[in-house]
Amino acid sequence: MSLAQSNSTVAPTKRHWLVTARQYRFPLTLAFLIVFPWLMPYEALAVNILILGLYALGFNLVFGYTGLLSFGHAAFLGTGAYACGIAVASYGIGWFGAILIGTSVATFTAAIMGVLAIRTRGIYFAMVTLALSMCVYYALYQMQWLTGGENGLRGVNIKTISVLGVELPFINPTVKYYVILAFVATAIWLFSRLLASPFGAVLEAIRENEERAKACGYDVAHTKLLVFIISGAICGLAGALNALHLSIVPIETLHYITSGQAVMMALLGGMGTFFGPFIGAATFLLIQDVASTITSHWQLFVGIIFIGFVLFFPKGIWGSILHWLEGR
Amino acid sequence: MDAILSTRNASKSFGGFTALKDVSVSFERGKLTAVIGPNGAGKSTFFNVVSGAFPPSSGSVLFDGKDMTNEPPHAFARAGIAKSFQITNVFAELTAQENVRVAAQAMTSRFQLFRSREAYPDLIEKADQLLERVGIGHRRLNRARELAHGEQRSLEMAMALASDPKVLLLDEPTAGMSPEETRQMMDLILRLAEERTVIIVEHKMKLVMGIAQKLIVLHHGELLAEGTPDEIKAHDEVKRVYLGQGKPAVTGRTAA
Repeated sequence: MSLAQSNSTVAPTKRHWLVTARQYRFPLTLAFLIVFPWLMPYEALAVNILILGLYALGFNLVFGYTGLLSFGHAAFLGTGAYACGIAVASYGIGWFGAILIGTSVATFTAAIMGVLAIRTRGIYFAMVTLALSMCVYYALYQMQWLTGGENGLRGVNIKTISVLGVELPFINPTVKYYVILAFVATAIWLFSRLLASPFGAVLEAIRENEERAKACGYDVAHTKLLVFIISGAICGLAGALNALHLSIVPIETLHYITSGQAVMMALLGGMGTFFGPFIGAATFLLIQDVASTITSHWQLFVGIIFIGFVLFFPKGIWGSILHWLEGR
Repeated sequence: MDAILSTRNASKSFGGFTALKDVSVSFERGKLTAVIGPNGAGKSTFFNVVSGAFPPSSGSVLFDGKDMTNEPPHAFARAGIAKSFQITNVFAELTAQENVRVAAQAMTSRFQLFRSREAYPDLIEKADQLLERVGIGHRRLNRARELAHGEQRSLEMAMALASDPKVLLLDEPTAGMSPEETRQMMDLILRLAEERTVIIVEHKMKLVMGIAQKLIVLHHGELLAEGTPDEIKAHDEVKRVYLGQGKPAVTGRTAA
């Protein structure tokens, strides 16, 4: 005890190696994601984890880094997927343009939902975002002529894509993984830069102490709105990529259960950690993959593991690992 | 008199309770003014109104000739009013250096989304200088929650100074400090008062009697008296409601 106290009065002089590792979080994450398909039983699962990992990462910006619990992020994954899918299936727009359209529509949706929700706090914020996202769900459910209604959107078929004049078979799982990784990598690079920027410092300050951040002169409401929109854009990109990956957009994408999945993945992996959302997505999908071969009630397994983590490892898998490494 | 900050007929009620009644006071530029009063005098409400935490129910707040009454809290900070809170209020998980750096950053332009924090070494330098100045330079790399109570109060002071404020508003800056820490804090406040307007809201009258150039006394949410320390010491009403505390009940209490 006395040792711990005397330690705490001495300023840390040597930088922990984790601090250095944190500076290289983007190249480290990218290196991992490049070898990731070989670690997985099959490539389609790797693609799923990559896309849902990006979704959880975008969600984590709002949840883990700014401290806002949104229960409406399915709206961004969903509108991103539908806009991209409709662009391809109904208007024959190329894959790249369709991804841009999907991301833009999701960003726009986030802006509208953000303006309406951002002034509420805590449980009210969760409820308002949930209600708004279900409005989006029912709106697209009703627009059968455009979205396919309850059958979902079909015919989002991209067989080959051309990159700088080279034709690549998008139906090949390996090609698909690395094409999608190019987008995911760009997004997480921008994300990493954002967190390291002065703007990222403001987010930390708001999460730590909103009142103090206001007293420092920060327009907290404005900053939260901006974060919400950026988060929506990232989730929209994940949705657009998912539409191309699955060739369909199930209506469930927009359901609040999908919003809940983002919360689960972020908590499982570790809220407010850079790499945690990918770990969370991988854990979630691997449990689903294994448990669903045993029983159709696979969600029971996910639920039990989730509760176990919330109770005993509130920092999540990655958060707990980091905490353990820091203490060494 | 050159007033930098003033209130005009400021009142504040919470539900049916009136915490502040019709207070009109002015703070002179460059002076150290203390707002004092016994418990429940409305000091904290007054502090929150002049620092922009919430607007008055009626009346107005003026800063540097500008009506700030319904401006949001961050606008007060940007205009040049910095405050330290009565209850320690820092960013607990961030380092002391980052606490002050982020406070300093608030006064720079805000939309650098993709440049690194390290690209602005001047802010880090400024944070380190301020931490030295308040006497906790050796703790700059510790997280705020690891600091002792007195050190956290000093950290808050550094954060308030980071914006180069025109007015420094301090709410019981020595609350919970040891006598030694209190003495150091008062020394620091005196030094700061040489360069800028300082307003201290304080419960302990003795603490500010020696250093304030002007005193404002609140009682039951109303302005009871204002003047130099000598005038306040000689003020009958103040003696009765404040200095007379603890003595046998005074008969024939006058309506304020």
